Order: sequence, then C-alpha cells, then structure tokens
Amino acid sequence: MEPVLSVRDLIVEIPTRHGVLRPVDGVSYDLAPGEILGVVGESGAGKSMTGNAVIGLLDRPAHIASGEILLNGRRIDNLPLREMRKIRGREIGMVFQDPLTSLNPLIPIGEQLSETIETHLGVSKAEARKRALASLEEVGIPAAAERLDSYPHEFSGGMRQRVVIALALCAEPSLVIADEPTTALDVSVQAQIIALLQRLCRDHGTSVILVTHDMGVIAEAADRVAVMYAGQLVEIGPVRDVLTHPKHPYTDGLVGSMPANSHGQARLRQIPGAMPRLNALPEGCPFNPRCPVADATCRAAPRPALTEGAACWHPIGEPA
Amino acid sequence: MSMVTIRNLTRTFDVSKPWLNRMLERLPKQTLTAVSDVSFEIKEKTVYALVGESGSGKSTIGKILVGLLPPSDGAVEVEGVDLAHETDKAVLSDLRSNIQMIFQDPYASLNPRWRVKDIIVEPVRARSGKAEGLAEKLLEQVGLSALDADKFPHQFSGGQRQRICVARALASEPRLIVCDEPTSALDVSVQAQVLNLMSDLKENLGLTYLFISHDLTVVRHMADRIGVLYLGQLVEEASPDTLFETPKHPYTQMLLAAAPKLDQFGREEEPPQGEIPDPINPPPGCVFNPRCPLATDMCRSERPVLRQLGETRVACHMVEG
Repeated sequence: MEPVLSVRDLIVEIPTRHGVLRPVDGVSYDLAPGEILGVVGESGAGKSMTGNAVIGLLDRPAHIASGEILLNGRRIDNLPLREMRKIRGREIGMVFQDPLTSLNPLIPIGEQLSETIETHLGVSKAEARKRALASLEEVGIPAAAERLDSYPHEFSGGMRQRVVIALALCAEPSLVIADEPTTALDVSVQAQIIALLQRLCRDHGTSVILVTHDMGVIAEAADRVAVMYAGQLVEIGPVRDVLTHPKHPYTDGLVGSMPANSHGQARLRQIPGAMPRLNALPEGCPFNPRCPVADATCRAAPRPALTEGAACWHPIGEPA
Repeated sequence: MSMVTIRNLTRTFDVSKPWLNRMLERLPKQTLTAVSDVSFEIKEKTVYALVGESGSGKSTIGKILVGLLPPSDGAVEVEGVDLAHETDKAVLSDLRSNIQMIFQDPYASLNPRWRVKDIIVEPVRARSGKAEGLAEKLLEQVGLSALDADKFPHQFSGGQRQRICVARALASEPRLIVCDEPTSALDVSVQAQVLNLMSDLKENLGLTYLFISHDLTVVRHMADRIGVLYLGQLVEEASPDTLFETPKHPYTQMLLAAAPKLDQFGREEEPPQGEIPDPINPPPGCVFNPRCPLATDMCRSERPVLRQLGETRVACHMVEG
C-alpha cells in the first residue's frame, strides 16, 4: 500500500550568529493510510519541528535544508506558498495544544467551520453550514444546532478541543497532525478526546501524527511510535514492541523513569543529566554522555544510523 | 503526631460582576465555592497528596496552608497553632518560616533579574538571619554546583530551575513543604530526577510534604496518604495501595479508569462521560451526581458526608463496606 506521508532524510536548519543549528537531523519515516504514529521525546527533541516542517509552517529563519516530504506520492516540501495554502486544511489537518489560541475568538464557531468547508471544498454557503453542523454532531457537541452561533469562549476546554478536531477534519484531509492535543486537558477529558480522535480516524481512514510527551497516551492510541532525541529519530517500531522491549538505551531510560513503572520501589530510575543543547552536541552519538552502555565507538564520529528499529551501536537485547 | 490539621475548611470567592452592572442589570451577587467543608490531617514526616482535576480546589488548599489566602471558614492548624485566628505575631512569624512552598512553573517562580544565591537566601534574609555560605551549601544539597550561585535563572534548564526552587524552599529550614504540581512542567526523565531528590530530602531532613498533583502515577509513587478532591470537596481518602486497588468512590474509579496506562495497547474503552460542572452553580446533593452511574434521588438532594469504611474515608451514599 502506498504511504500517505513519506519523509526522507529531512533536515531542518536554523542559521544563527554562532553557526547553524539542526533541530531536525536526518529524519525518515513512512505513514500508512489510517495509521496513528506517535512521536515522543523530551522538550526540544524536535517533535513539533518535524510536524511543522511537514505542514510547511516553519518559522523563519528555520527552513528545510535537505530531504523530501511526499504526501500521497506528491512532493510538498518545495511547493510555493500559494500551493501550500491549498494543501493546509484540505489535505493536512492540524490540531494544536491550546484550543483557545487555535480558534478565532471573534467569530462564531459555525462560521469558522463553514468558512473552511467553503474554501476547501467549493460548496455553497448553505451546504457548508449544513456540513459544519454535521461535523459538530460527529465530534459529540451536545445540541450542535444551537451552538453553531456560539463563540469559542462559551465552550469548556474539552468542548473547544472537539471543535478544533471538527475543524481539522471537516475538509476530509488524508493526514492530521495533532501536536500535544490533550496536554492542556484534564485526565477524564483527555480520555474522551483520544477516543474521539481514534474513532474519527478509523471512520474516515485518516492517518494521524500524534506528537506528545505522554507515553500513556501513545500506548493507548498509537499503532507505531517514533522516539526522538536531539533532532534525531532514535527508535521507531510497533508501539507494543518499543514500550515493552525498547532497543535504544534512551527509550529504555524514558520508559523506566515513568512513576508507573517504579513497581513500588522507593526511588525512580533516572537518566542522568539533560538533553544537550543544539549548539553543544557531543561527538558521535548525541546520547553518549547520558548512556549507561556508551563506549569508545559511541564517542567517536560518525553517529549510528537508524537500522532495524534503533539508532544505536549497542542496542538492548542483541549480543554485543 | 499530626503536623497539620484541617477542619471544615471552606473558601469562597466573590465572582460577582462590578457593582454598577449589578445595579443596572439587577443581578444578584455570585460566589464560587473553591473549597467546601474539607477536613484532613497530615502526619509528621509523611507525604499527603491531594489529587483532582482542574477546578477541584487542590491549589486553593495549598495556598491557604502557606498563608497566601485566608480561609472563609473552618480552621487550619499547623503544629497546634491556628493560622487564621492566632494573634501573637511572633508565633505566626515563627510558624510561617516552618512552611515553604514549591510552585509548578520553575520559569515563572524565579526572579530573572536576581542571581541564584540571592534567590535562595531570600527567605532567610527576609527575617534578617545569617545567610553566609548558605546558598552554596544548599545548591550542593540539591545536586547543583556551588559555582552556580552567581549565575542567573535563565542559564538553567527547567529541571535545574526546579532544583533551585527546592533549594530556596529549604533555606529557612522548614518542616512542612507545600508542593503544587512540582513536576508537571518537566519531562519524564527530569521528573524522575526531581522526585528522587524530593524523596531523599524528605528522608534526610525529616520533612513533611503536602503534595498537590493531577498525575495519579506520580501521586501513587510519592504519597503515604491520598485525598481525592472533586469540585472543592474531599470525596475519598486512603493509602495509595488501598486507593489504587480498591477505589470506593465512583469518581475515583472513573479517574483511575481514564488515566492512560502503559500496558493497554489500543484500548478502546468507553471514556468517562461529561465534564466538571460549573463551580458557581454546583449541582444539588452530591456534586458528582450528574456524571455518576449509581446516582439515585438521595444523591440528587442530600450531600453525603465522609464516612470511615475500613481504612478508607469516603463521601458517597451508595458505597457499602
């Protein structure tokens, strides 16, 4: 089956006075139709930057330095702005962390939805309003017909995030990028939003890139998981394999440091140190200063490539 | 011996519109009850955790305990002194230096224009105490270097900043620390470092914590006793193992079921219904009744009181021993 999205050796660079930084460094993955890919990593690992590169929303001076992004077989990383605007919202939907800042506070939500539908699907005003109502009903807004003319501030956080999801899905895109969609929400509402996202994507066959730092959300929602560290993809694979038998020492540390995995011990397992800054990356594997199994190979250039699931010279579970 | 005793604590906020609007539009005064009739005790050298969703009143209780907000009703006693009614200033001042707080956002809780050493010794200096060499000693105690004392907060990462906040909280040698979501702004690996540090300090210095969090896994790891809050009311209180293995209140059960788990791949369970109701007009009777699967007419009219059931205290009409 042809992948919906194909990212090939993507490198994003930010030129600064003190040299060029690479917040995304050689990331490659494919996304199958209907698949949910979870992207995890600490803050600054390049998770959001990868998503923004795909949808063409990198803030200058950040730019794609090399690599390819293919959406349904068509190259989209080098499209002119005007072409990219047609794809955004039509073929790629976006759900951001804070639902209040992604809705216009001065326009009723019904109008925001029908505007999107009108622009992208070229239907009449009346038809667009009808579809807007249908999409609000689909995301579970109670009494949707009466709430079409409500403003964003009249909704609760969870309801707002439902509206944002309706907005992302109303033009029937083939890919949705959800960047920390539940981080601002409470646990019980988070469960509702994740279930909603899963159901809609199954019904519409939409693929999802789910960017989050919450391993629990990934475990429940994603089919595959990609782990990022210092701009690189260090491990990718089916969610069950990666979380139960991680190959990369970083993934292992990340899973092990969760309080849920402490098994009643008094101390949590911790990864020593912090992620290096992009302007002070160590030689060789960027994880080597924090890695329990690092040796001379890891400290010398070049850094390991992503093969068989993990970018590591000494993956866990393989004979040395 | 209990370090903190909170009895029938209530805190309301006036959320009315301005006076002129009320007169012109003939609106009544409106109050929001953030904490309603909450009672619990914290034993010395233990960790008491408050969990709940946003708007449940957990931070308000923390603020009342450190004295940032006065209670509307009820009593807060720390080491036998009633914080709201004690009139002897010397006793109060002495007590206040025994209670410190660690806040959620380490980016907002450190003054960006102050050097780290000034930030850390401020609680001591404010009481004209001796502060020489104190910052350096504390920095090493929280796992930073004494050389960091002359730096500014922006030179540190989130986890390191939270360590500075811990050092500041320790400066006045407190016995009770209120931790309001101390790790929710941090990444998991850094969270583990900070939680381990807090456990070590508790052991070494004999501290008592009031630990406020929405993260159930963190609470289970840290706490000796857990109180579950919903819309300003304490609905259940138990030890971590009892609470997580046999939750009694339907809200606790819902919360535990909704929390994402690491071993439930592709779970497609029916998520909990509804959201927290508006605290200005809470539902009559048990506040959880609109979302509760067991709700009866009694639940819709009468507020349940906390009852002792074995080791657990629970406020629910329908739960039986």
